[in-house]
Amino acid sequence: MKFETPLLDQLEQGPWPSVVSDIKQEAAHRAANPNGLDYQIPQDCCEDLLGLLELSYKDMETHWKHGGIVGVFGYGGGVIGRYCDQPEMFPGVAHFHTIRVAQPSGKFYSTKFLRQLCDIWDLRGSGLTNMHGSTGDIVLIGTTTPQLEEIFYQLTHEMNNDLGGSGSNLRTPAACMGMSRCEYACYNTQDVCYQLTEDYQDELHRPAFPYKFKFKFDGCPNGCVCAMARSDFAVVGTWRDDIKIDQDAVKAYVGGEFVPNAGAHSGRDWGKFDIQAEVIDRCPTHCMSWDGQKLTIDNANCVRCMHCIDTMPRALHIGDDRGASVLCGAKAPVVDGAQMGSLLVPFVKVEQPYDELKEIIENIWDWWIEEGKNRERLGELMKRASFQKLLEVTNTEAEAFHVKEPRANPYIFFKEDEVPGGFKRDLADYRSRHQR
Amino acid sequence: MAFISSGYNPQKPMEGRITDIGPQKYDSMFPPVIAKNFGKWLYHEILEPGLLMHVAESGDKVYTVRCAGTRTMSITAVREVCDIADKYTDGYVRWTTRNNIEFITESLETAKALKDDLNSRKFAAGSNKFPVGGTGAGISNPVHTQGWLHCHTPATDSTGPVKVVMDTLFDEFKNMRLPAPVRISLACCINMCGAVHCSDIGLVGIHRKPPMIDHKWADKLCEIPLAVAACPMAAVRPTKVDFEGKKVNSIAIKEDRCMYCGNCYTMCPALPIADKEGDGIAIMVGGKVSNRMTFPKFSKVVVAYIPNEPPRWPTLTATVKKIVDTYAANARKYERLGDWAERVGWQDFFKLTGLTFTHHLIDDFRDPAYYTWRQSTQFKF
Repeated sequence: MKFETPLLDQLEQGPWPSVVSDIKQEAAHRAANPNGLDYQIPQDCCEDLLGLLELSYKDMETHWKHGGIVGVFGYGGGVIGRYCDQPEMFPGVAHFHTIRVAQPSGKFYSTKFLRQLCDIWDLRGSGLTNMHGSTGDIVLIGTTTPQLEEIFYQLTHEMNNDLGGSGSNLRTPAACMGMSRCEYACYNTQDVCYQLTEDYQDELHRPAFPYKFKFKFDGCPNGCVCAMARSDFAVVGTWRDDIKIDQDAVKAYVGGEFVPNAGAHSGRDWGKFDIQAEVIDRCPTHCMSWDGQKLTIDNANCVRCMHCIDTMPRALHIGDDRGASVLCGAKAPVVDGAQMGSLLVPFVKVEQPYDELKEIIENIWDWWIEEGKNRERLGELMKRASFQKLLEVTNTEAEAFHVKEPRANPYIFFKEDEVPGGFKRDLADYRSRHQR
Repeated sequence: MAFISSGYNPQKPMEGRITDIGPQKYDSMFPPVIAKNFGKWLYHEILEPGLLMHVAESGDKVYTVRCAGTRTMSITAVREVCDIADKYTDGYVRWTTRNNIEFITESLETAKALKDDLNSRKFAAGSNKFPVGGTGAGISNPVHTQGWLHCHTPATDSTGPVKVVMDTLFDEFKNMRLPAPVRISLACCINMCGAVHCSDIGLVGIHRKPPMIDHKWADKLCEIPLAVAACPMAAVRPTKVDFEGKKVNSIAIKEDRCMYCGNCYTMCPALPIADKEGDGIAIMVGGKVSNRMTFPKFSKVVVAYIPNEPPRWPTLTATVKKIVDTYAANARKYERLGDWAERVGWQDFFKLTGLTFTHHLIDDFRDPAYYTWRQSTQFKF
């Protein structure tokens, strides 16, 4: 290695996979160059990266400079410029840009695809990736500007794959694995994610929004892709009819033949499964009962929290009238504090060609593009302009499910046409009854 | 190095250009058994930590072996994953939203052999490459950001703190003995690319000093109005200053209003904020995204600041361990960390964990702050 890294070396100890060991492994691979490649970016970039990181471990400050606008022709996103602030010491990472590669929904891969991507990145990049970035893309870490078009050309021509989103645009949408291997999926999360990604390619590649916008698709209220916490537009699977009960299977859980909670608690002795304490009493709306023989659910009072189904997945199954709820405005703290998604649409059938969802999305975008301030996420606009405004632009009637509780102040806006006679009044007429 | 063309012609960038094609279709790389039973799964069971069985209506069973990897992963490691998938699972592999790697097979025997194989693979210096686990009532692979490795605004590193925290909690990754899943995430600044704000345990890099102002460059590098507009506290304003004998357009910051979010630096590189002594990590706990039993909820700050102590962050790891151990000893079955803290009350959370409550932990950001104060005479002595 080019540099001594006594601090980083201490991160090679311990059982958890060591990133430092992995980067060293890549550095050794590049030094050995077993395939005789004519590396298109510095061969020792991984060694320089470790040197730079060691310096940050000493200085306790980052050594990456602010931004830099680079990209591929015609796109405003997908590439993030990155330059180190000690290029003389670490020339191999002087220019070290990030490329976001759009991932397949659910992240199922063939090794053929992955190997092809590795080959491109071996030749034209650092050999380092994120599998995956927080939003869901495959992230390729570290290449130079001249390689960007070449990588994009190979990705599109040889792999039939596009870049992901970055900047003030639609970010790469993400879905849970849904129907591909989960019995809780209330709709085809992967298909709607794929289809909307295709339909909104322009919004994804060419920034025209006030700030980022994220779609995430969770197949059920368990929320494995965190749609309600992380996406401006969250689609979360649900159903409208009854939970399906297999009474024999319920008895098998009670009798100890089936392991509760799909075995998730098997590492500790929690005692014998107690359906009353573990399921019936934990139901948030107390809509279940067990008489020793039969499990009964008052479905009208069920809020579909998933606890009973999660606990007895062989006995209880999601209903058949399936679709999703839509929640809007979730985001991380920047700028005005973290927000959770707020329920807008209680139930929508999520079926091709997804026109119903797209109409909601496009109404929201029209409003947000018009009214949103620079770097104002949808959630912040909702707070500034009101939830009522969101209802209005999406042609949604207010209903009690939209709130946890009604407002506790009487500072109520009425629309002029809600008040007889409107807001224009005759002062003279008023004064005829009231002296000044 | 001789430049190798991909076929792209920079003189004619539009020639044969392919754009706007999106990702691979999601089902183009399905293992056949997944394609066959798509949308027809009946139930699942975690047979042992890191080994799941899914049963389809057709009677087909698939076994999934789940392992961790480094999220920041070399292509040498990805190629090793491919070799493993070629050997055991017909060349198919997937990643989860929490950066775990999953191999799916129809044979339990294959799954068990694969599990042993994955657990046996070590890096040269000894750490596990692909430890199997991350299922059920345990700790899964943390979601995290780039940190000092590749980000321009971090207040701490990412892969380093994640590594040392998971070294400390490795047994909980390998086992399923907690009251419920514990999701750990790390974001290296409050931008929260890792969206840690709804995690059972969220580690977030914070700054503690207002930005410096580089008067020489402010007007040259920045759109000053954007930096002003970026401040949620209205602490940033445009100003003219005397600099090297000249009046220059620059920026002024009201330091007593600044809570060091770094938004202005995001908009304006002439406002550097990173600082060796100022920066560190806040610990937030009790968030969740699932709707199970209780509503999704935000994580709450329970430790306002832990200094950066590279390379192994001993204060951080000890504090996280203490929180996890206290939760494990006190919470009821199925109770997430936040649900437990709410049931016993946050007063008792601090008592039981031994963490010190300080003024930093009382919310003072905008209206929601008021709703977190105690408007009752009900409290514990």
